[in-house]
Amino acid sequence: MALILNEEQQMLREAAAGFLRDKAPVSQLRELRDSGDPLGYRPEVWQEMVNMGWTGIAIPEAYGGVGYGYTGLGIVLQEVGRHLSASPLGSSVLTAATVILQAASEQQKVELLPRICSGEWLLSLALEESGHHQGCKVNTSAKTSDGAIIINGCKRFVDEAASANAFIVAARDDSGLGLFVVAADLPGVSVQPVSMVDSRNSATVSFQNVAVTAEQRLGAGADSTAALQASIDISNVGISAELLGLSQQAFELTLAYLKEREQFAQAIGSFQGLQHRAAELFCELELGKSMVLNALQAIDDDRPECALLASATKAKLCEIARLASNEAVQMHGGIGMTDEYDIGFYLKRARALEHRFGDRNYHLDRYATLSGY
Amino acid sequence: MSELEEFRRATRAWLEASCPAEMRQPFSSEADWCWGGRKWQFASEAQQLWLERMAERGWTVPTWPVEYGGGGLSKEQAKVLAQEMKSLGCRKPLESFGISMLGPALLKFGNEHQKKEHLPKIARGEIRWCQGYSEPNAGSDLASLQTRAEDKGDYYLVNGAKIWTSYADQADWIFCLVRTDFDSKHAGISFLLFDMDSPGVSTSPIRLISGSSPFCETFFENVKVPKENLVGELNSGWTIAKYLLTHEREMISSMGESFAAVLPGEQAAKTVGLKDGQLANSALRQEIAQFEIDGMAFMLSLQRGKDEAKAGQGMGAVSSMFKYYGTELNKRRLELQLSIHGADAMVWGDQPALPAHWLRSKGNSIEGGTSEVQLNIIAKRVLGLPDA
Repeated sequence: MALILNEEQQMLREAAAGFLRDKAPVSQLRELRDSGDPLGYRPEVWQEMVNMGWTGIAIPEAYGGVGYGYTGLGIVLQEVGRHLSASPLGSSVLTAATVILQAASEQQKVELLPRICSGEWLLSLALEESGHHQGCKVNTSAKTSDGAIIINGCKRFVDEAASANAFIVAARDDSGLGLFVVAADLPGVSVQPVSMVDSRNSATVSFQNVAVTAEQRLGAGADSTAALQASIDISNVGISAELLGLSQQAFELTLAYLKEREQFAQAIGSFQGLQHRAAELFCELELGKSMVLNALQAIDDDRPECALLASATKAKLCEIARLASNEAVQMHGGIGMTDEYDIGFYLKRARALEHRFGDRNYHLDRYATLSGY
Repeated sequence: MSELEEFRRATRAWLEASCPAEMRQPFSSEADWCWGGRKWQFASEAQQLWLERMAERGWTVPTWPVEYGGGGLSKEQAKVLAQEMKSLGCRKPLESFGISMLGPALLKFGNEHQKKEHLPKIARGEIRWCQGYSEPNAGSDLASLQTRAEDKGDYYLVNGAKIWTSYADQADWIFCLVRTDFDSKHAGISFLLFDMDSPGVSTSPIRLISGSSPFCETFFENVKVPKENLVGELNSGWTIAKYLLTHEREMISSMGESFAAVLPGEQAAKTVGLKDGQLANSALRQEIAQFEIDGMAFMLSLQRGKDEAKAGQGMGAVSSMFKYYGTELNKRRLELQLSIHGADAMVWGDQPALPAHWLRSKGNSIEGGTSEVQLNIIAKRVLGLPDA
């Protein structure tokens, strides 16, 4: 498949860019942070995203989606990254809906996916148990006792937990790894908000003797490790798209500043010491665009190398986002260190996203392992 | 069967029948590359036969018009030909600066007489060309070149010296940048073609750190060049030079495409060994993973560049980006090879392939415009950053 966007995808990009610039710009994230908003996003903006069909963008039409594939979702996420637009798009649409598509039975898909598409339900994956992503390794347990399944464990860094109607909890059970849809208001579920550096909503969610039924387990009792891993891979490509947009925007803000800021009676962008660094960053961003688009297309084509591409893409985009955000602060000089200026938001979000589902080191290591060395 | 599929079938049949078995072996030494020209000694009968058969169909230059010795193929057909040659392992019949550099410039800027005179000889490998660009005092600042061509009424009189002229000692003709106006810099340069056998032309090979001598110093002393050998308008040579440099950059960055052949991870598993399924040296393991991912990103970007060009979505002045990144990546690749092969890579034997390639790669980011010049071009032309 050609590494270009088709006409429909280009229109989607323009529509997403325009909407997010007007309705969910970085200034909105600042307001949410400053007011200590418990939700961490604007519900009315989210409702508009739902109305535009973004919740179902990667979900097949049979389940109430739009069927634009992950390339479509990636295009939107790239624009989300540009404006640091806060919403449950990443947690509920990119990750949770993907877990359902990968792991659920047909009946569960028919039941759950239309509710995500319609915006009626927000889901969030409760996977991590420490600050380091461990793939599908979990200690949370799901034990069968008197016909009920009892979940015990503590999940960290659960995104958009405050608004989630339910969590998809990864837990060990008799057949290996199980994924359980657990309503947020069940007895024994408690959500402790955690304030994060990027001002986005996150929480530690504990599950204490939470009783669920077999119907709440995704898939028919089979081990869900492969399905979860595939979902994590897809999520990492989506996160890479967001990192790409974030890096592009940080770069463009910096480029504008290099042309406008004068020192020694000339624009600082005329200095070769800065020009070469900007040019190198341009090259890296071009490489990033190719990696992200290729990985998104690979998911939609269901190519066998998706796992390898996901780790390669995440590792590369973590590197690019780190470079772009660090250079943005440095080239802005003192003003880049001020809270008043937006660049700091990009720096913070870049690192928070890097650590979701494995940072650069994790993915370099995994890439080498998958490559047989 | 579609027309293109029919073309594929016929092409494959012809290649199978016409490409000698020897010409379907991978290149094993420099002598296997066929450069052609008046001084060329064919390494084998098969090499000569293969060139003649391909040239007869115009397939040394598949997309050039038939009247200039080309194959007249569409881009799609040329792609099919390349794919079928690759799948059968057919060697490229002719390596040539005439094909990769001068030809495209003549097709764009040459007059009808020049095209008819020079292009067919390039296509048939009869004339080998060299490029007279750099001078001892005009490297990165190429436009400051001083080799002069004086108008003597019937002819131009050329005096001066060039350096880094690739294979000048083996070339038959030179395409050369000369100064025809000393009052302006870029607008005082013209593009001349002349025979290297002309009286007053001499060459002297330069031995490189890699041991080989692909480059020469080239001297011109009162060389008479017929006026009909001026390409384009007088003093408009810089436009042609820039166009040609773009092709040169693309050629150099396409070196990157050979990366995919053997992955360094597989090699290192053999030389360094595995421990619990992982390379025994974890620092090397990380370096290799980074390199392979960057290599993948570069290859995908080349692909995206082609796809975007085809779809009319231009990426802008990207040849500089590919030249910069591709050559830096190639240097990294060879440094990594040294790490993978250890002190064995330092053995300078009869055919020191690895150390010679490693040393030669240092020139990649210097020739055809240094990495720093490429970054200048990106900063100014793509990013629009101001001059100092």
